[in-house]
Amino acid sequence: MHIHAYERFWIVLMTVVLAVFLGAVVYAAYGMGIQVPTDAGQVSPDQLASAPPFNEPGVKDLGGGFYQVVMLASAFQFEPGEITVPAGSDVEFVLTSRDVIHGFRVPGTTINAMVMPGQVTRILYRFDEPGEYTFMCHEYCGTGHHVMSGRIVVTAQ
Amino acid sequence: MTRANAAGSLSPDIPYVPAGSRRIILAYLTLAMVALALGGLVGPFQALNSIGVNLYDYLPVTSYYHGLTLHGVLLVLVWTTFFIAGFLSLVTIHGFQRPLSSRGLERLAFWSMTLGLLVAAVPILLNRATVLFTAYPPLRAHPAFYIGLALVVIGTWLLSANVFLTYRDWRRENPGKRTPLIAFGAMVTLAMWDLASLGIAVEFVALLIPWSLGLVEGTNVLLARSLFWFTGHPIVYFWLLPTYLSWYFMMPKQVGGKLFSESLARLAFLLFIPMSLPVGFHHQYTDPGVPTSWKLVHAFFTFVVFFPSALTMFTVLASLETGGRARGGKGAVGWFFRLPWKDPSVTAQLLAMILFALGGISGLINASYNLNLSVHNTLWVVGHFHLTVGTAVTLSFMGITYWLIPYLTGRALYSPGMARLQAWLWFIGMALMGRGQHWLGILDAPRRTMLSDAPYYAAEWLTPSYLVAAGGIVLTVSGFLYLLNMALTAWASRVPAQVEVPMAEPLQDEAAMPVALDRLRPWVVGSAILTAAAWVPMLWYMTVAHPWTIRGFTMW
Repeated sequence: MHIHAYERFWIVLMTVVLAVFLGAVVYAAYGMGIQVPTDAGQVSPDQLASAPPFNEPGVKDLGGGFYQVVMLASAFQFEPGEITVPAGSDVEFVLTSRDVIHGFRVPGTTINAMVMPGQVTRILYRFDEPGEYTFMCHEYCGTGHHVMSGRIVVTAQ
Repeated sequence: MTRANAAGSLSPDIPYVPAGSRRIILAYLTLAMVALALGGLVGPFQALNSIGVNLYDYLPVTSYYHGLTLHGVLLVLVWTTFFIAGFLSLVTIHGFQRPLSSRGLERLAFWSMTLGLLVAAVPILLNRATVLFTAYPPLRAHPAFYIGLALVVIGTWLLSANVFLTYRDWRRENPGKRTPLIAFGAMVTLAMWDLASLGIAVEFVALLIPWSLGLVEGTNVLLARSLFWFTGHPIVYFWLLPTYLSWYFMMPKQVGGKLFSESLARLAFLLFIPMSLPVGFHHQYTDPGVPTSWKLVHAFFTFVVFFPSALTMFTVLASLETGGRARGGKGAVGWFFRLPWKDPSVTAQLLAMILFALGGISGLINASYNLNLSVHNTLWVVGHFHLTVGTAVTLSFMGITYWLIPYLTGRALYSPGMARLQAWLWFIGMALMGRGQHWLGILDAPRRTMLSDAPYYAAEWLTPSYLVAAGGIVLTVSGFLYLLNMALTAWASRVPAQVEVPMAEPLQDEAAMPVALDRLRPWVVGSAILTAAAWVPMLWYMTVAHPWTIRGFTMW
């Protein structure tokens, strides 16, 4: 099979470029700990009233700067819709949906996940600076999708 | 190729293509253009909505999302699939120099797709299927929506069966001959699609149709979504491979050049069969219920599928360069400007390639696992696929019709000047809109969202939104000029067409090309094994471990 010298060079170059990019992504995942959501278990949307932690949506202070936010998404709101945590907190978000697929995006952070009926979404994030964040649903969930949003207030310690 | 008959009207005499096949091919292309017209019409309303101008009251749609469903289904599913069915039929017939093997199968494929389209169109138009083209359960559409789309997929299988039967007949009479390049391209496209479409077929037939009919109470949401993406990424190559077919095997002829490397062209095509499939989880990086290890495996293969696209970039550019130099072009880039930019078919496809390079790069960012967290479900992704399917594919398909419609009707293109203007306007419109959408995505504006009424609309979104709105208006003008030119060609052109099917010759006669580069079976078998390894364990886990009890909702 005839391969032109320039094309040989191009093939090697592209292979190296793609390998470097992929290497950077893997390093960011395991060296810097920037991970995407994983399998965090299943829960039936019909039994949320009796399935911990979803029977008690809200913010829980676990002590030592750790907080757990249990959140339920449904058309077209988040429950709770407003969260307050102190700066420097490590926050674990645990979410599921009561009805259709929703999204959970906090602009300005790496928080970006889908929220599905039947599935548990778990996200870890550390809020270092005080300030205010908006979060919104970013998966089409019906005619009121664009109003589905909420607020995170990070207070100064 | 064309003769005027006694009555003075033009009647084409196309080699190898029976009159019945010609009518079917023209019908596929006409339906594709009707879809482009209706789906495209919604576009400017969306583009203007992002700057807070909400004109939906003037459209006969119920909501922003009703319009968005029409836009997505008609453009990414109908325009592409019907164009491809018509184009690949002609390419197969012309490549093998014989009619399709079965007239009956040819008609059945057409009517299955057309009936499916009509069946699905009714609930979509009546706002009974406002689930967008991704149709994620548990949003539940009217059963006719899923049944209609399943019929369209079945129609594509019937078409591909006919193409493979035609190959079998040709091979019997031509043992030892190399498959003609354009027919080879059509076969690779359809072999890849047959494997890829199994996901959506199982999703619709086994899960969503019985569930929407009420035969079962609940469904398995993540399994359905994963089956959707099993098909949903390779469907991109179902659109791109016919585009590549034109870029590799037709355009070199149109620009007066030769195909730079036949063996690498064939290799790139064949690599898309295995590499298109084990990649779907890169659409689900942010999903719960899928372990990160499997997401990373699919990330790896997504990077691998860039490899045949990189081969394509080299070979296509090198082939074009042979044409530019043959036309007297000099220097490192001078040949590019010597290409026949007067030919609107060439202009459209060259401009499509330029924006495809940018769309490919933004796709690499989408594919980058954790980097995807910064753009997932934002308008960035919308920018990406408006440059890829919306430009690389759509503008190339438009460019192809600039010779294909004259070829099929025997009537010369009504206005080549209008066609060139149209191609440039599409390029400018998409460049503006794509820039605006990528920018909005970086600023975290969510996609598929009625931004005019969003309480969290950020002030910094306004400037890029103006780019989107401006681009949308330019694109509307371009789309109108395209359809006008097509209509005038079909109904008002009185000049006989002087066109042929462009078929590129290889630069060198590669007598020693490995025989594996002219065989599909080993590639299809290997792809099936790789696909099973990359999908079956997770799909099985979802089937047995994830809830099947999720009820459906109508949220519109």
